[in-house]
Amino acid sequence: MNIASLTIGAVREGLLAREFSAVELVKEALRFAREENPKTNAYLTFSEDRALEQAARVDQTVARGGEPGPLAGVPLAVKDVIVTRGVRTTCGSKLLENYVPPYDATAIQRLERAGAVVLGKTNCDEFAMGSSNENSAFGPVRNPVAPDRVPGGSSGGSAAVVAQGTAVVSLGSDTGGSVRQPASFCGIVGATPTYGRVSRYGLVAFASSLDHIAPFARSVRDAAVLLREISGRDRLDATSAAAPVEDYEAALTGDVKGLRVGVPREYFKGLASETGDAIERGIETLKRLGCEVKDIGLASTDYAIACYYIICTAEASSNLARYDGVRYTCRSPNSDTLSDMYRNTRGEGFGAECKRRIMLGTYVLSAGYYDAYYLKAQKVRKMIYEDFVRAFGEVDAIVAPVSPFPAFRLGEKLNDPLQMYLSDIYTITGSLAGIPCMSVPCGKTPAGLPVGMQILTRHFDEARMFRLADAFERAGGSAA
Amino acid sequence: MRITEKEVRYVAELANLKLTDTEVSKFQHDLDEILEHVNRLNEIDTTGVEAMAQVLYEAEETATLRADEPWEPLGNEAALANAPLKGAGYFKVPEVIKR
Repeated sequence: MNIASLTIGAVREGLLAREFSAVELVKEALRFAREENPKTNAYLTFSEDRALEQAARVDQTVARGGEPGPLAGVPLAVKDVIVTRGVRTTCGSKLLENYVPPYDATAIQRLERAGAVVLGKTNCDEFAMGSSNENSAFGPVRNPVAPDRVPGGSSGGSAAVVAQGTAVVSLGSDTGGSVRQPASFCGIVGATPTYGRVSRYGLVAFASSLDHIAPFARSVRDAAVLLREISGRDRLDATSAAAPVEDYEAALTGDVKGLRVGVPREYFKGLASETGDAIERGIETLKRLGCEVKDIGLASTDYAIACYYIICTAEASSNLARYDGVRYTCRSPNSDTLSDMYRNTRGEGFGAECKRRIMLGTYVLSAGYYDAYYLKAQKVRKMIYEDFVRAFGEVDAIVAPVSPFPAFRLGEKLNDPLQMYLSDIYTITGSLAGIPCMSVPCGKTPAGLPVGMQILTRHFDEARMFRLADAFERAGGSAA
Repeated sequence: MRITEKEVRYVAELANLKLTDTEVSKFQHDLDEILEHVNRLNEIDTTGVEAMAQVLYEAEETATLRADEPWEPLGNEAALANAPLKGAGYFKVPEVIKR
C-alpha cells in the first residue's frame, strides 16, 4: 500500500480483502501526514481521537460482515471553515484560534455516515478570503509541487494535502474559485457543484449567495463519489436544492462523442502563453475524443470582477458582523464599554484582507451608494447568468482556463490587492451564475507547473461535467 | 480620489472596526484603486435588467419548506461553551452606557 497515492476504490478493496484494517490505515495516514506536514503547513489541526473512533466503527462493521459504506475508512481532510464538533475550527483567523464548534456541518455528518474518516482540518485564507492562502493567521501553505510557490487559495491547505498524498480526498469551499484555482495550481481535481446542490449548514458564511462546499481528489472518479455523498436537500439549509441527486460515478461512461463543447474566446485574452498552450492542447484532446468544439461568446465577462467584488464584499461585511467579541471565544481585553469592545476586538482580530473586504462591503452598502454599486452589480450578475443560459442553448459544456497563469511565488502579489482580485477572472463567472464548474489537470507548463482546465455545465448537470472530465483524464489530459 | 480619508474613517465606524492611522491611509489607497476598477460597471447598460440576489431554479413554491417537527436543540451549555465571558446562562458583555 502506497499511502500517498491511495484512491477511494483501493481503500475499499484493501479493507474488504482484509489487507489492512481501517484503524491500521488511519494510524499510518496520520503518521505520514504528521511527518510530511512541515513541508507545506497544510494541516492546522489533527483530529486523531475522532479519526480512530470512526475507523474502529468501520472495522466493527466489516468484522460483522456489514456494509461499511462507500467511503469506508477513507482518510479525509476538511478545510477549516467547515465546522466539526469538538474539533477546533479556526477559519484561518486569530479571532477563532480557540473556537471549538458544538455541532457538525451536514456535509461532515454525511461523509462520516458513508464511512469517511476526518484526519484533520486544513489551512486556508482567513474566512476564505484570498487567492493564495497567504492571508492565513497561521502562516502560508506551500505548494507541494513547487515549494517556493503558493498552492492557490482560499482552500490552499485542502488542495495541498491531496496533492501531497497526506489525505485521499478533502473538502474545500468555493465562493469565487477557491476550490478550482488551488486544484489547478496543485495539479489535482476540484469540483464545484450547482449552488444549493450541497448543504451549506456548518460552512462558516463568507458570501452566502455564492458559497459552496466542494471536493478535491486526485481523480475525477473520487471527486464524483465524494460529491455524490454530500449532495442533496438538507432541512437545515433552506437554500439547499430539492432536485434529485444522480449517481455521478455511474455517469463516468467515457462516452463523450458528439458532445457539443463551447470555448469562450473572451477567456483567452489576458492569458499567460504557457497556460494558453496547455489549454489549447487540451481542446485538441477533446476533439480527438469526438467532441464537437465551437467558439462561443460570453459578452459580459469583462464586468465580472467588478460585479463579484461588490457582491461578495457586501455579503461578507454583513456575515462577519457576528465576530464582535460576544460569542466566539475572542474578546479584546482593552475595552470599558460595549461599543469599544466591538471595535477593538474586530480591529485587533481581523487580518488585513478581511478588513479590506469589510470596508469595501460596508462602503458599497452605505447610504447613497447602494444603488450605484450593490444594485447595479446584481443587475450585471443577471446579465452574466443570462450569457451562460444563452450559451447552453448552443453547447452542452464549456471549457476554459481556470487561472490566467500557473502557481506564482510566495509574496509575489501580496502587496497588490487589485492584481490579486483580477486573477480570479475565469472562475468567478461560473460562481455568479451558480453553475457546476470544475478544474481537471491539463498538463504542465515547460517549467513543470500544473495547469487546470475548467469545465462548466448547466445547473444540476454535474453528471455531464464529470463524464467529460473523466473521459479527458482517461485520454491523458493535454499530455496526450 | 474616489474616497477621502474622512469617508474611510466613517465607513470604519459603520463597520465597527478600529483602524490605526497607517491602516486608514493604506485602505484609502486600496479602496480607491478597487473603486476605480469597479466603476467600469457604469459603462454597461442595465436598463430593464432584473436584479439577481440569489441563484434560483425551477422548483415548486413550497420546495424550500420543511415539516414543522420539533427536534433536540443545542442546549444552553453547548451554545455558551465558546463565550469569552458568561454567567447565569447568558453571554456577558461590558457595560453598554457609562454612568
